[in-house]
Amino acid sequence: MTSLTLVRRIRARPAVVFAALTSAEGIAHWWGPDAGPVLFAESDARVGGAFRVRFRMLDGSEHESTGRYLELVPPERVVMSWQWTLGGDPDERGEVSRVVIELAPIEPGTELTFTHERLQTEAARGSHERGWAGALHKLERYLAAGT
Amino acid sequence: MVKYRPAQLDRTFAALIDQTRRAILARLEREDGVTVSALATPFPIKLPAVMKHLDVLEDAGLITRSKEGRTVTVRLRPQPMRDALDWLRRYERFWSRSLDRLAEYAEREDAAARRAGR
Repeated sequence: MTSLTLVRRIRARPAVVFAALTSAEGIAHWWGPDAGPVLFAESDARVGGAFRVRFRMLDGSEHESTGRYLELVPPERVVMSWQWTLGGDPDERGEVSRVVIELAPIEPGTELTFTHERLQTEAARGSHERGWAGALHKLERYLAAGT
Repeated sequence: MVKYRPAQLDRTFAALIDQTRRAILARLEREDGVTVSALATPFPIKLPAVMKHLDVLEDAGLITRSKEGRTVTVRLRPQPMRDALDWLRRYERFWSRSLDRLAEYAEREDAAARRAGR
C-alpha cells in the first residue's frame, strides 16, 4: 500500500475552501485530472453521507468515483472513503482507499494538506519490495530533460 | 484514468527488477553512449552475463545497441521509462491538477464573498 501527500497554500479562508471541497457545486468546479468536464457531482456532506462524481476526460473516457464521509470537522478536516465505480484505475478496481484533507488557517488564507492513503497499486508493492520505483525516480532528471 | 499499455509496463518493470540492469541504466543516464566493454568493467560478472542483461534491456526497449566495426555502443531509450514514471505518478497528476483548480475556485469564491461583504 502507498499514500500520496500534496500541499497547497490557498488565498481563501478555510470555511470557503471547506465548502468548495464538500459541496456538490464546489466539487463540480475542480474534480478531475484534466480540463474535461465534471458530468455530475452529488455530495451529502455529513458523517456517513455519500458523494459521487462522474467526469469526462479530454480523451472522451468517462470515470466515476464514490465514497462516504467518515469524518467532517468544518472547516478543518475531511476524511472520506474512495473507490472507482466506473473506469478509473484497473489496479484499484474493487479496492477502497481513503482521502484525508486537513485545512489550517495561515496568512493569507489556508494551507491544505491532501493525503490519499491505502492505494493498493502494484507500483506501491514494487516500490517497496523491488526498488524499481527508486530507479525510475533517479532517472527523472534525464527524463525531464527529454531527448 | 489514462490509457497505458500493460504489456510494455510489465516489460519495463521486469527489466528494472534486477540491480545490475538498474546500474547499467543509471550509467547510461550519466553518459550518452557507452561501449559494451566499458559498461561491463565495473561489474564482478563476466561479459556474457552482461550481454544477457543487455538483451533483456533491449527487448524491453530501454536501450539501443549500435555496431561500428568491432565496437558496440549502448544508449538509453527513455520513452518506456517516461511512460512508467507517468504511470507511477498517475494519482499525483490526478490530484495535483484537481487541487490546482480547487485553489483557483476557492480564491474566486472568497474574493466574491469579500466584495459582497461576507
